[in-house]
Amino acid sequence: MAEYLLLLNVTDDEASAVNPERSKEHAEFAQQHGAALRGGNRLRPADTATSVRRNDAGEPVVTDGPFYETKEVLAGYYLVEAADLDEAIAIAKDVPCGAGGGIEVRPIWPMNE
Amino acid sequence: MTAPAVAAAVADAHRREWAFVLAATVRVTRDLDLAEECVQDAYARALSTWDSSGIPRNVGAWLTTAARNRALDLLRRKQTARRALPLLIAEAEIDTADSATQVDIPDDRLRLIFTCCHPALAQPAQVALTLRLLCGLTTDEVARAFLVTTPTMAARITRAKKKIAQARIPYRVPPADELPARIDAVADVVHLLFTTGHTAPTGEVLVRADLVERSLDLARMLHALLPDDATVAALLSLILFGSARMAARVDADGRLVPLPEQDRGRWDKQAIEDGNSLARKAFRAQPTRRYPLLAAIAAVHVRAPGRDATNWREIIALYDLLMRAWPSPVVALNRAVAIGEADGATAGLCALDELAADPRLAGYHYLPMARAEMLWRLGRFDEARLAYQEAALLTENSVEREFIAAKLDRFTE
Repeated sequence: MAEYLLLLNVTDDEASAVNPERSKEHAEFAQQHGAALRGGNRLRPADTATSVRRNDAGEPVVTDGPFYETKEVLAGYYLVEAADLDEAIAIAKDVPCGAGGGIEVRPIWPMNE
Repeated sequence: MTAPAVAAAVADAHRREWAFVLAATVRVTRDLDLAEECVQDAYARALSTWDSSGIPRNVGAWLTTAARNRALDLLRRKQTARRALPLLIAEAEIDTADSATQVDIPDDRLRLIFTCCHPALAQPAQVALTLRLLCGLTTDEVARAFLVTTPTMAARITRAKKKIAQARIPYRVPPADELPARIDAVADVVHLLFTTGHTAPTGEVLVRADLVERSLDLARMLHALLPDDATVAALLSLILFGSARMAARVDADGRLVPLPEQDRGRWDKQAIEDGNSLARKAFRAQPTRRYPLLAAIAAVHVRAPGRDATNWREIIALYDLLMRAWPSPVVALNRAVAIGEADGATAGLCALDELAADPRLAGYHYLPMARAEMLWRLGRFDEARLAYQEAALLTENSVEREFIAAKLDRFTE
């Protein structure tokens, strides 16, 4: 078995407001895939993000905003356990994220590898 | 056994058996690089031992046993350096060590091609892996086939293999519910190899016969392994039609001969017949899917004794279905050309002009080419000349460029 991080990328509108319908979908998703779920949460909107970047001298510089300025924003994540990529993709297909959004599936790189 | 006879037998086995031997060896190693190494070793061994022992009756089984024994040997003696990549994921039914001694070697070629053409890999990587792992081409040969440098292709293949191992793309045939979409992905890779060979996108020659032959081998293999699948039957039909006409597509001087002017006596009749029967079978089974529709359209073209005798109405109807199954600007372009044939150049031009704004067709030389033909027929010569010039600028294949140049010559006569 392996672990995958499912990153929820959604439109700005989708990320900024609580949508009771979507919350219900997430509850249903969590129930359906409970056996595979190892963790997960939602994130506050991107305008609450703070980035701590290193400048050329390697010193931390604090700035307002998310690290990447993109059309879609990172709105949450699930950590799942799956036998292989196909299984992880099958779970990712069920993650609610609204039209125009999407899920990035990233394998966890175990510390001992 | 003479050395040339042995060399020829090994070369033949390389062409016919590589995929089978490699697929069966991956089962033992669960590591693509190690499996390739062992299979190469088995072919080298065949070259050195067949002249004294004679060519075995079942060369595939001989090579597989040799490759698997080599793999077991390396794995047992732990001569392989500490693995850089995790093992491939396969179902529990695949036991490693014991299966190497089994008499019946399971045919794992489908597992191998589904792994190479997994949608989590970018298509250029899928194509490269397929040529390398299924067809046994060297990285150098794959690089030349796609006109990139060997280091670029090597990096592409290494990255794809790394992703298969690290993201755990499974070594298996997908379950029934995923199969149609996954077969489409495999068909797309084989079809791309075929079209790249049929009309080389760049370069000095029109046809790259080696790629067409490889795509034909792969389509035949898929059809043998999935005889009831309509997409696979249609894919084989399309490639048979294309390769049957290959000899007639260029004249003695290497110049392009368009379909209506081709000498049909030079077509391979058996291949056309086989293509027709596969196209019919595929269309009957799946009349709304992409490949069966493409094969049905190709069959109408092949059946007609010439441009005027082509049933353009039927072709337009099939393109309408295809637009529903697989909407694409290139399909719309071909449909517009068919309208020009059925309803006259004015109607065709009108259909083409609707597509002119599509950014996906910008830079696609068949659009100005088709416009030029319609304008020529309407007697609008100035506009036709401009359109031919635009097409000539956009094509990167020199045989096509000369074909267009010959059309342009008509204006100066």
